Amino acid sequence: MNDSTQKKSWWQRLKGGLSRTSSSIGTAITDLVSKRRLDAAAIEELEEVLIRADLGVAVAAKVAAAVGEGRYDKSVTADEVKTIFAAEMEKILAPVAQPLVIDGSAKPFVILVIGVNGSGKTTTIGKLAAKFSAEGRRVMLAAGDTFRAAAIEQLKIWGTRTQAPVIASTAGADAASLAFEALTAAKAQAIDVLIIDTAGRLQNKAGLMGELEKIVRVMKKVDASAPHAVLLVLDATVGQNALSQVEEFSRVAGVTGLVMTKLDGTARGGILVAIAAKHRLPVHFIGVGEGVDDLSPFAAGDFARAVAGLDG
Amino acid sequence: MFDGLSERLSGILDRLTRRGALSAADVDAAAREVRRALLEADVALDVVTGFITTLKERAVGVEVIKSVTPGQMVVKIVHDQLIETLGATADPIDLNAPAPVAIMMVGLQGSGKTTTSAKLAKRLTEVMKRKTLMASLDTRRPAAMEQLAVLGQQVGVDTLPIVAGQTPVQIAQRAIQAGKLGGYDVVLLDTAGRITLDDAMMAEAAEVRRAAQPHEVLLVADALTGQDAVNLAKSFNERVGLTGIVLTRIDGDGRGGAALSMRAVTGKPIKLMGTGEKMDGLEDFHPTRIADRILGMGDIVSLVEKAAATIDAEKAARTAERMRKGQFDLNDLREQLEQMTKMGGLGGLMGMLPGIAKMKNQMAAANLDDKLLKRQVAIINSMTPRERRNPDLLKNSRKKRIAAGSGTRAEDINKLLKMHRGMADMMKAMGSGKRGPMAALGNMMGFGGGMPSPEEMQKLAEKMPGGLPPGGLPGAGGLPPNMPGLPKMPGGFPGLPGLGSGKLPPGFPGLGKKK
Repeated sequence: MNDSTQKKSWWQRLKGGLSRTSSSIGTAITDLVSKRRLDAAAIEELEEVLIRADLGVAVAAKVAAAVGEGRYDKSVTADEVKTIFAAEMEKILAPVAQPLVIDGSAKPFVILVIGVNGSGKTTTIGKLAAKFSAEGRRVMLAAGDTFRAAAIEQLKIWGTRTQAPVIASTAGADAASLAFEALTAAKAQAIDVLIIDTAGRLQNKAGLMGELEKIVRVMKKVDASAPHAVLLVLDATVGQNALSQVEEFSRVAGVTGLVMTKLDGTARGGILVAIAAKHRLPVHFIGVGEGVDDLSPFAAGDFARAVAGLDG
Repeated sequence: MFDGLSERLSGILDRLTRRGALSAADVDAAAREVRRALLEADVALDVVTGFITTLKERAVGVEVIKSVTPGQMVVKIVHDQLIETLGATADPIDLNAPAPVAIMMVGLQGSGKTTTSAKLAKRLTEVMKRKTLMASLDTRRPAAMEQLAVLGQQVGVDTLPIVAGQTPVQIAQRAIQAGKLGGYDVVLLDTAGRITLDDAMMAEAAEVRRAAQPHEVLLVADALTGQDAVNLAKSFNERVGLTGIVLTRIDGDGRGGAALSMRAVTGKPIKLMGTGEKMDGLEDFHPTRIADRILGMGDIVSLVEKAAATIDAEKAARTAERMRKGQFDLNDLREQLEQMTKMGGLGGLMGMLPGIAKMKNQMAAANLDDKLLKRQVAIINSMTPRERRNPDLLKNSRKKRIAAGSGTRAEDINKLLKMHRGMADMMKAMGSGKRGPMAALGNMMGFGGGMPSPEEMQKLAEKMPGGLPPGGLPGAGGLPPNMPGLPKMPGGFPGLPGLGSGKLPPGFPGLGKKK
């Protein structure tokens, strides 16, 4: 699903990140296993290593237990442990690694992008627009973040970069009516993909979540099957709160898939493993930088190996 | 924020306080649960480990065994340790330097730097009366500079004119220059979001720091951050050098672990916290109050401060006077209800009250939300002025009319009237001059008129969480699920629990039983 050059670029970034992070899992495991045999205390420490990667207490315990199974009191090499780790996590992640399929029969195919403030929605939309344009699709963007200052301008700049028309209103306008307009316009202009930006909102703000619900409801008046995809954008640095984000946003807007951004930092995004274990939502893309091409399909094996700190 | 952690911890600690004697095994079991609660709240692992080690040492040691109520002793140890981890004293923004004082904001992408800059600028201008200039050094993200300019207009703070093509260092120098020439007291530098692994970007931040010589370098960090909070804070501190931390999105439903970790890892104080989308959603960070909130002890001091800031002193004094004379009518009640709404409604108030975390679910089940306040105001609004002054007029036919007018039922009106009567009686009793912590609070709320002084506030703080036996978390013992349904009001301000009184009669108006 991804060619080797593309894979290499983000793969190297992930590895680069690990090599410079002293607390990375890779080093931690190496330190741990080279010192002693695999006993209960060692398993517990392995568990802690996973907690550090934001896997959460429950999932970390599960994965660590799986590693210990049948290997008690055996001497193992660091690489062996890492491989087992990666395999365990891949087992959890593989079912959710699904590409975002654009259904050609839906015209336009509507993608609604949601998330908490600062998770990287607008940047992700810019990258998605570039990707779909490159695939020869006609893309339109809707600047639905009418709350944050200059969010509309930010999306317009992305529109210029990717040569996608941008439907925008003024700051403070009703996001739902903008979505309605954009969908109507996209239909009229035979657009293939319409991507709708939304204002960042915390999932415990009932009023703002109600507004999101309205956006979805209003769109259905133009096209009962819209939105065809609802992408929740998660920031890799987020902790256990991501679980609550997934739950709340799914309840209100019917999330169909996840995008994880900012994986080019020191954060490993281990929370994805916890989310996959609990919610089985597809993970479509990962963001690894601010450039227009820094969006890669999610590959379970690679991701698991990166979290476990395995080289190539 | 903090509610989740608060709920978990008070549950664990409650079980302990009920026991007479504690064995090492009891403490161990509790420590394991505390560890898990902290980890699920995203507190950094190293911090948790240190926390638990100290907890065990102290808890198993002499301290606990000799104390009469070992369980309560453990609660006190956890409380003390939370404060230690968060930093003992509040550490506000320091402006004690020759003008223009430069403040530099750094952080990851999307952590809330620009919004926080604008909030801080608004606060510096309006509250601290400093002439402030903001400048965006974000030359990367599209429209970032425009964002700050728009926000500047919104909050009425000047921003440095945008000149295309300048480097961040050049902009910083231009901002300082403009600050000097324009007679500004403070220059706020909002920098681009950067990841700590990007050497070039980190070097750039360090260079800006050298060029601008900021008096404060604040790391803006998202309170929803997971375990990476540690790496983040460490790297920024090592590479750029920090003087403090601002935690944003405290109003989310995360559990605030980052707050506990960052201070512990960097040794730098958390100075401010962002508490909402509105431009005045920025508060000083008070470690002891947060620790109290985490342990479900409430945050009475913040509540009183908030009351002092929101309540119209004159109006309050007038109401108080009327109360003393026994003239508390429905107009006065309406005013009080409206004031509660202004202070953040039931939800906002509840969050700061002792022992409430545990009752949140019951409250949700009982449908106790802010609609209740609105509905009660609506009932009063549907009365004639004469009826409001003289509720005794209200007979059946009038009640029917009012019910129709306000979209409620006659029984709702009865409930409101009963509550009003109860309050009026209480007022008279209060007016006759009983003394005690509640009367002191009554004074602050307007009975004596005037705002509480900081010393008074401090006294009250001492009387409150500290003065309570640690295990006797008010509400933990005294507030069984039958909490709704008591219309009794202990004080002159609806919504404040009987401070210090063991029973904590809930004072929420109209917590009539809902079916």
